[in-house]
Amino acid sequence: MAFLEIENLYKSYGPNAVLRGIDLSVNQHEVLCLIGASGSGKSTLLRCINALETIDEGEIRLDGDGISGPGVDVNKLREHIGIVFQNFNLFPNMTVLRNIAVAPEMLLGLSREQANERALGLLDRIGLADKANAHPDQLSGGQQQRAAIVRSLAMEPRMLLLDEITSALDPELVSEVLSLVRELARDGMTMLLATHEMNFAREVSNRVCFLHQGTICEIGTPEQIFTAPEHPRTQEFLRSIIAAGRL
Amino acid sequence: MTSELDGAGGVLTREPIRLRIAPTRHLISSALLVAVLCAVTGGALISAIWAPGSPVILGFQLGLTVVIAAGLILVIIPLIGAIQASRVKNPADRVEQRTKSAKSRQRAAVSMGVAAAVLVVMGVIYFLIVNDASVQKTFLQPDLMILSFPDILAAFGQNVFIALVAQVLVLIWAMVIALLRISKTAAMKPLRSLATLYIDIFRGLPAIIVIYLVGFGLSFTQIPGLSDLSATWYAIIALTLTYGAYTAEVYRSGLESIHPSQVYAARSLGFSYLQTMRVVVVPQGIRRVIPPLMNNFISLQKDTALVGIIGAVDAFNQSQIYAGNHFNLSSVTIVAAFFLIITITQARLLDRYLDRQERKRSGA
Repeated sequence: MAFLEIENLYKSYGPNAVLRGIDLSVNQHEVLCLIGASGSGKSTLLRCINALETIDEGEIRLDGDGISGPGVDVNKLREHIGIVFQNFNLFPNMTVLRNIAVAPEMLLGLSREQANERALGLLDRIGLADKANAHPDQLSGGQQQRAAIVRSLAMEPRMLLLDEITSALDPELVSEVLSLVRELARDGMTMLLATHEMNFAREVSNRVCFLHQGTICEIGTPEQIFTAPEHPRTQEFLRSIIAAGRL
Repeated sequence: MTSELDGAGGVLTREPIRLRIAPTRHLISSALLVAVLCAVTGGALISAIWAPGSPVILGFQLGLTVVIAAGLILVIIPLIGAIQASRVKNPADRVEQRTKSAKSRQRAAVSMGVAAAVLVVMGVIYFLIVNDASVQKTFLQPDLMILSFPDILAAFGQNVFIALVAQVLVLIWAMVIALLRISKTAAMKPLRSLATLYIDIFRGLPAIIVIYLVGFGLSFTQIPGLSDLSATWYAIIALTLTYGAYTAEVYRSGLESIHPSQVYAARSLGFSYLQTMRVVVVPQGIRRVIPPLMNNFISLQKDTALVGIIGAVDAFNQSQIYAGNHFNLSSVTIVAAFFLIITITQARLLDRYLDRQERKRSGA
């Protein structure tokens, strides 16, 4: 049984069908990359998984338990599945340390000291311990995104969703964020990530999934997808990526 | 020197570009004229103030003269600068000519700008001393001001008390209303509608009517606990109701200005809706609306002067007693000064606080 199972997932905004029958499963300790053009449904899929969006049809199961539909305790669910956004979304009214410590303190019942200690440990791990008392807007984009990732980690989630986390960064700041993700993959974190960084997807993921207009077009190992794609849509997508010099 | 361009289109053979340098003499002569007008008016005013038998009191005589003289000096200094700058040593030096012209014109403009302000001030001074200084005697009679000062100061404590208590209540009450107003679930709909109705009613009613209705109405109702309060507490309730409605809307605009991505981020960590409001949205929202909140509070503070209609003895009420007894409004001027002092002080302190916050955020 896979850790996360998605079955026949449909989602539309009014007349606009964004996800049209997605079947996907993610195993424990697996890194799965979602690739595809903008508007193909990558972000929406991630947001459906941790219930930031309601779904129209289908089912999502985590560890064998249904997590979609009415009556699900979404707050508890989200403690288990962290998500990191394109625009970091750190809280500007708090220091970096509080950004990371506030959720464990209020939701996991840690004391303030314990929560701060956990946050400081995480900041130390990403080399930002000296920024603990800075406010988010005093950090570079790469630093903010790394802080946002460890903010999710502070809840000790079982799985991490990463939604185009390098798309809003200046090119020279991308690598520091990607190395953190690489490190998490090595540590065995289960991750589902939407990305435009094809080289990174190829290197870090166990499987790659190509989405096209709300359906899964092709899924397989990075080798298979990037060197011998079968579906004409995938071939076309990769051709344009290569033409743009991004692969 | 020839080039291909030269031959083909004659681009390089046209006349050299020489931008016109603006002349200075029109502006300087205008500024001179205005300055002379100022000086004549000022001179006439000063001689009227010091005329034998003038009813203007000595302190005012000195003060007004200093103001007029200072104004005239401020007009003349830039005018002298303008004239000096208009002298060009080397007329062939276009750079010198241009910079000096600009400087001269700018000084002349400043001189005229100051002169306009000085003329307005002299108009006010004329208003004070005209008709045997009747304006000054009506509003600014020192002996009456000194006489009424202690009682009015004591009564002003009443205004301050009402304002402080009402402000604390407004801060809490308005947040409750604002949170109801932005709630989205079906279960909250009835309360949301009530909150909207409350805002519509109390924002639409003049504060003086609410004070009147609460102050006299509640004491008629015979409700235990509500009908035997002092006029001061009725005033606090009425002002809280009125300003709660305004402030709820200010809060709401602040809360709604927080980008939804902040809410997503908090919810995705596992925070509930209310926790998200408390930890992320409300602290950020309030910070954004501090200036309009201050506006509301200054407005509330001023409206404490209305509580006299239900029998509370506030500073304005007290000053009216003096005004009635002496047929003179100088005591009311004192109250006016009190209000100005507290509101202006708060405005400046808030500016400084916001500046410090800004620097703390961008610095460090």
